[in-house]
Amino acid sequence: MLEQIDFTQVNWARAQFALTAMFHWIFVPLTLGLSFLVAFFESIYVKTGNLEWKRLTRFWMSLFAINFAIGVATGIIMEFEFGTNWSNYSWMVGDIFGAPLAVEGIFAFFIEATFFAVMFFGWDRVSQKTHLFATWMVAVGSNLSALWILVANGWMQLPVGMTFNPDLARFEMTNFWAVLFSPVAISKFTHTTASGFMLASVFVIGVSAWFLLKGRHLQLAKRSILVAATFGLLSGLFVAFSGDEAAFTNAHHQPMKLAAMESLYAGGVPSGLIPFGILDPAKQPGDGKDAFLLKVEVPGVLSLLANRVLTSFVPGIDDLLYGNPQQGIMSTGEKISRGKLAVAALASYKEAKQSGDPAAVEIALGELRANQDYLGYGYLERAEEAVPPVALTFYSFRAMIALGTVLMLVMLLFFYFTWKNRIAEQRWLLRLGVLSIFLAYLASEMGWVVAEVGRQPWAIQNLLPVTVANSNLTAGTVQATFFLFLAIFSTLLIAEIRILLKQIQTGPEGH
Amino acid sequence: MFGQLALSQLQQLWWLIVSVVGSLFLMLTFVQGGQTLLFTLPRSDRERLLLVNSIGRKWELTFTTLVLFGGALFAAFPLFYATSFGGAYWVWILILFTFVGQAVSYEYRRKPGNLLGTRSFDLFLFLNGSVGLLLIGAAVGTFFTGSNFSLNGYNLVTWQHPLRGLEAAFNPFNVALGLFLVFHARVLGALYLLSNIEHDGLNQRCRQAGFINLLLALPFLLFVLFRLVTMPGYAVDPATGSVSLEAGKYLHNLLAMPAVLGLLLVGLLLVVWAVVAGRFLGSRRGIWFAGLGTVLVGLALFSLAGYNDTAFYPSKFDLQSSLTIHNASSSHYTLTVMSYVALAVPFVLAYIAYFWRLMDARPLTLEQLEGEHSHDLY
Repeated sequence: MLEQIDFTQVNWARAQFALTAMFHWIFVPLTLGLSFLVAFFESIYVKTGNLEWKRLTRFWMSLFAINFAIGVATGIIMEFEFGTNWSNYSWMVGDIFGAPLAVEGIFAFFIEATFFAVMFFGWDRVSQKTHLFATWMVAVGSNLSALWILVANGWMQLPVGMTFNPDLARFEMTNFWAVLFSPVAISKFTHTTASGFMLASVFVIGVSAWFLLKGRHLQLAKRSILVAATFGLLSGLFVAFSGDEAAFTNAHHQPMKLAAMESLYAGGVPSGLIPFGILDPAKQPGDGKDAFLLKVEVPGVLSLLANRVLTSFVPGIDDLLYGNPQQGIMSTGEKISRGKLAVAALASYKEAKQSGDPAAVEIALGELRANQDYLGYGYLERAEEAVPPVALTFYSFRAMIALGTVLMLVMLLFFYFTWKNRIAEQRWLLRLGVLSIFLAYLASEMGWVVAEVGRQPWAIQNLLPVTVANSNLTAGTVQATFFLFLAIFSTLLIAEIRILLKQIQTGPEGH
Repeated sequence: MFGQLALSQLQQLWWLIVSVVGSLFLMLTFVQGGQTLLFTLPRSDRERLLLVNSIGRKWELTFTTLVLFGGALFAAFPLFYATSFGGAYWVWILILFTFVGQAVSYEYRRKPGNLLGTRSFDLFLFLNGSVGLLLIGAAVGTFFTGSNFSLNGYNLVTWQHPLRGLEAAFNPFNVALGLFLVFHARVLGALYLLSNIEHDGLNQRCRQAGFINLLLALPFLLFVLFRLVTMPGYAVDPATGSVSLEAGKYLHNLLAMPAVLGLLLVGLLLVVWAVVAGRFLGSRRGIWFAGLGTVLVGLALFSLAGYNDTAFYPSKFDLQSSLTIHNASSSHYTLTVMSYVALAVPFVLAYIAYFWRLMDARPLTLEQLEGEHSHDLY
């Protein structure tokens, strides 16, 4: 298989998927969170009968719709891109990966599609309670769809509940529940959706802050801030806890990702956490040099986060690449050797099957089974290929956490001053609130950079590198679609932002 | 329950489920058909508003059904998903682009600041209903005419034509099927609008449009049917799994599966009846007959392609690389799990039907639209 690989093409395919995913993720978190906020607003309206809350609900709902449409548009590309650009992947793990996607369609998309129309056009066509039910169902449907796609993504990071079928050269599912309830899937779902809630809360606060700065719609703005800040703060706590859980699962299932997130080359007992640091760009694995030009370190905390034990060992990149016998860590070179044995055994198995030689089949199968856990490593040539881009992962991780912390403080301040009815006088805070919208998007995108760049070179952790997962396309073809996607999505994004701004400028008049 | 079924039974069941979803998508292309009527049926901006807001409240169902069709194929027949999407790259990419255009157009077309102007978004809707459906028809046509690919020993695809799938649009059968889908969708669109809106002028034009588009669809339908019963097909030897070209294979399939022949004939008659009743008998409920008819015709087409030892995604480059419901499917375990999941489908259909009925209890009128918030209108 390796002889077919065109590395330029692979990188363009990577770039195209990253582009699509990052565009998609501009719109999804707002959908996840704003759907619930709109449901909260409408619930208050139904409970109180106060028409101001209805006006408020309809205003935020109109922004939700504008954002929702483009999320759908980028989402369909993502689903089919698994086939168009990653067809080897689609075949090799489709038996497992396809199921959550189909379940997402049945259980989530139809809820969204059905109740979206009722939510927008049913105000005068269904009863008040039915309408409220529809609004809640849109929120549930949106978040259910996140569940299934994150289960699929979680499985890529921790492949469980499956076996390798050498006859068909693919992985097959053996335990659906293990896939659904894998620890990575659970922590991914909770962390990602909660971060979406937080982003949407910041969005509502930011837009409301703009109204307050302009002296318009003061009551709507204050009410919106109170609900959004409450939701955002609670979600933020959840983001922090689930993020801690994600780090813990990384430590156990993707130690290389954690090492890259921390730029930790030589593991130690205990390992310290580096809240702030500047990396030495010349640093290479195994050169024994310090990875940092400057750093602030909190001793022992990384050990605590990774293993819940202050004095525990956290492996670094060098430990994972070159092995650490004291800690029982096999070198990547050894894994590559075993992986190549598995790849060769698979080829022998196919040949023996074709030539009808049962003894050779048995031998090849035995060899394959003994080494199949390292199958993906068989497609790597050098141990260093197993290291993800460290600087990008490291800085993105810090940016995400720093911005998340700032956003929590901003929401806390908004809650406090609104509660005290002094928010309109805090001009500096209102301006910061508007700016926070961009910070929230930045933090959210950075989170995905950590998750996806940090797991390179794997499409499926340890089992399938991206260089083998892609479609057999020319680099020119993928370049062409990359730029087509870029042009189309950029145009649509500009259109979306302009429409949103116009809608916000118009405000809730007419609602 | 499903775990007791043999793998081949599960494969047949899943081809049926996929066929049902695909056929429902064909029924729901009344949205695409309505989009192509956007430039001809309305006589004023107000009428266009009425038309867009009628079909615009259903576009997501069609879109979602297409996504589910893709997802179900991925889950049940991953080798098809990998082979066709990764191989016939350009045809699928172009189809996707037209659906991207559709997804934003309803929401953005009338919104201030939409960058491209209302006419551009209306053009996107038209392209989705015309080019998008034509290409889908061409892609489905390759289920019968074959494609240019080979699979290696690891089932990884190499496409053997430089146009990467677009070559399907140069085959007369595929083009005829695509054009039939386009005009048929216009028939459905006209019938749906007839049932969903209350406007004398538009209603009258819908009746005419349904009839005219049926006449336009007929030559392509007849060509497709003629070719279908005369063309060679890709037969699978059930004992060895080897694929060979068989003269009159699809005719043999029709004769071997009289129920499929029945589905095809009843389906076509229902569509014709719906149009005739709408045009000459004053009926406004034709969409339900035509919709059911479309589902039956779709089921017949997919059955012809996949059942009775037939390769549903044949390779004319290398016959033995052809995909069948047996060699392209997921494992027994996955198909079993998915079968339990599919038990939810009737429930899903039920709540869709309930809320559809609730929302469409009263036909849409211009007066109602004017009573709604203009911000919310498409």
